[in-house]
Amino acid sequence: MNQAASEFLRMLPFLVAAWLFVVGLYGIVTSRHLVHLIMCLVVVQTSTYLLLLGVGYKIGAAAPIFADIPVGTPAVDPVTHALMLTDIVVEATVMALLLALAIQAEERAGSVDPEQLRIMRG
Amino acid sequence: MNHFLPASPVAVPLSIAALLAAVNQHIPRRLADALAMAASLWSVIACLWLLMKSSHGLMVYWMGGWAPRNGAAIGISFTIDPLGAGAAAFASFLVFVALVFSAHYFDSVGTIFHVLMLAFLGAMCGFSLTGDIFNLFVFFELMSAAAFALCGYKTEESGPIQGALNFAVTNTIGAFMALSGIGLLYGRTGALNMAQIGKSLGQTHDGLVVAAFVMITCGFLVKAALVPFHFWLADAHAVAPTPVCVLFSGIMVELGLYAVARVYWTMFHGALAQFEAQTRAIFVSLGVLTAIVGALMSFAQRHIKRLLAYSTISHTGLMLVAFAMLAHGALAGLALYVLGHGLLKGALFLSAGILLHHLGSIDELNLRGKGREAIRASGLMLFLALGLSGVPPYGTFLGEALIDSAAEKLHYSWISYIFMFAGIVTAAAVLRVAGRIYFGWGQDLDRSQQDEGETDEGRETSGGQEVPATMFVPTLVLLLLGLGISFIPGLRVKTQAAAMEFMDQGAYQQQVLEHAAPPAYVPPAQESLLPGIIRGIVSTLLALVLAGLVLLPHRLRRGIEGFSGGVSFVLRPLRILHSGHMGDYVAWLTAGVAAIGGLFAYFIH
Repeated sequence: MNQAASEFLRMLPFLVAAWLFVVGLYGIVTSRHLVHLIMCLVVVQTSTYLLLLGVGYKIGAAAPIFADIPVGTPAVDPVTHALMLTDIVVEATVMALLLALAIQAEERAGSVDPEQLRIMRG
Repeated sequence: MNHFLPASPVAVPLSIAALLAAVNQHIPRRLADALAMAASLWSVIACLWLLMKSSHGLMVYWMGGWAPRNGAAIGISFTIDPLGAGAAAFASFLVFVALVFSAHYFDSVGTIFHVLMLAFLGAMCGFSLTGDIFNLFVFFELMSAAAFALCGYKTEESGPIQGALNFAVTNTIGAFMALSGIGLLYGRTGALNMAQIGKSLGQTHDGLVVAAFVMITCGFLVKAALVPFHFWLADAHAVAPTPVCVLFSGIMVELGLYAVARVYWTMFHGALAQFEAQTRAIFVSLGVLTAIVGALMSFAQRHIKRLLAYSTISHTGLMLVAFAMLAHGALAGLALYVLGHGLLKGALFLSAGILLHHLGSIDELNLRGKGREAIRASGLMLFLALGLSGVPPYGTFLGEALIDSAAEKLHYSWISYIFMFAGIVTAAAVLRVAGRIYFGWGQDLDRSQQDEGETDEGRETSGGQEVPATMFVPTLVLLLLGLGISFIPGLRVKTQAAAMEFMDQGAYQQQVLEHAAPPAYVPPAQESLLPGIIRGIVSTLLALVLAGLVLLPHRLRRGIEGFSGGVSFVLRPLRILHSGHMGDYVAWLTAGVAAIGGLFAYFIH
């Protein structure tokens, strides 16, 4: 693989992460349905997964399971995986809570369109 | 004991929360109350003990004994200093007060409310004490999740659902931004311990470091509700149960700012040292804008809790200005200001809660002229309003005096006028409410103002003719403490020493990574408080005048019609911007981050 291509591959996860963050925000800003809006928030969140994994990844390195690889083999950074898993767990809670609120919004206010849910203005 | 105490402000509330969640509805309500209060009281005591211990140098507590070897930290630490321990102690105290106040609340449900309050408390304590940046993020999210649920607690109404959604979506985006910044920092330094990151970064200030700084700072500033990230705050406060508002305004919002200060001085201070003037200018402008917008919006409200919420936004703007001085005098002033403001604002929200309990409304215009009944319920509001303008001897005054004298040395003495402006307008708004409710002054309900969104909220209690002691006493205690902290001997000196310790990045690194002995901090000689006293009194008089002008009877108002016309000319577009639409809020948030990031990128490259 030539230099430019490998540099591009190295940058790719970060470029995609930035794209996901921005496109998720765009979805939230323009959303007309709470469930869609919350899924856009999940898209923003996936950007953080990709960023963390990209940070820990090394091209050509093994998985960080040290039981059956020789000592000294380069491995990808397991810490970022732990961070990402924690991120998933924490945010699963938040997303569940948000979806529960969306159900309540439909029941109490009769709408899941942010345009209609504006009694908090001024 | 030394192995249990540092983690106990987090461990005890979370364990009790788990226990209460497990036995939900199978234990008597009073027992759940008692257990929750005991857990929060334990946190108060433990944090005060940590505060005393850490005033002689940092307390570093490594989870599972994973202490650093050869100056490299792998484990997760609680790095406790007096300001962090003080924030945790104050949070625990406010939770205790809120639990006492809510003894008459929510009779129908089981222990869910207690569980959420204790999880919130554990997260706030962990957030204040931790020395690990990822740990900080996790506690931030736990704190947020508990806060979202508490905010939308009254699920039978539509308002709380909408308020909680706005709160949750904006704050979660903030958390993702902070996490991305943390990821970038980890990629650069391979470390998560804040001391270690600061050491690895050293003086480097390339694009990646600046991007990480902006993302982490903006993420936490969303929680601190700075303009233009502030929209969620008023919505959340207007709908959250009153005891929860005490925590939101009194400490949660301030913790956002605490995190900004913490990451700045542990990680980025060295890297951004040569750009101090630019950093100061950016944060001062943001703070001044917030203080002004918050004060104006506060004055425009008739929903009392919403009014108080905008007043909090205004005051966090002032707090950011104080942080932006990047000087130990101002940081000490900031700490005292947070304490004084939290006590007063907590008591003000409790007063609003008593009004709602007693009279079933918190709409200023609906309550007009309720007279003696209302005074008996919440007459303390009059005294609390004066505190907002910073009149001595309220705690806010002491903080303001320290901030002013630090700002003067940095040629920023004009910010004292911003403090006065925000103090006058927010105090006058509360005084106006008091005058209208207690004495029936001012105009009657104007039906043309009906289309302004949420103005009132439903009862949270079963109501009653008597104000129970569990509601009145906490309010009074907060007021007395708000007055009393100025008289604690040596408080100013000790806070200044604590602020110096907080800001000493080199000593922080050496103590965390190399077990070095702490240096001794000798605060400079204390300056005279006289200019502060004069300013406080002038502000209070002006607040009284402003409130009086608004409450003038119609026929006397002719002379100031031009003035009030001008005010509504400014306020109208400002209120339209606060559209209640979540998409708008997120668009503002994005624009704010882009603007702040752009400014930093422009100045540093």
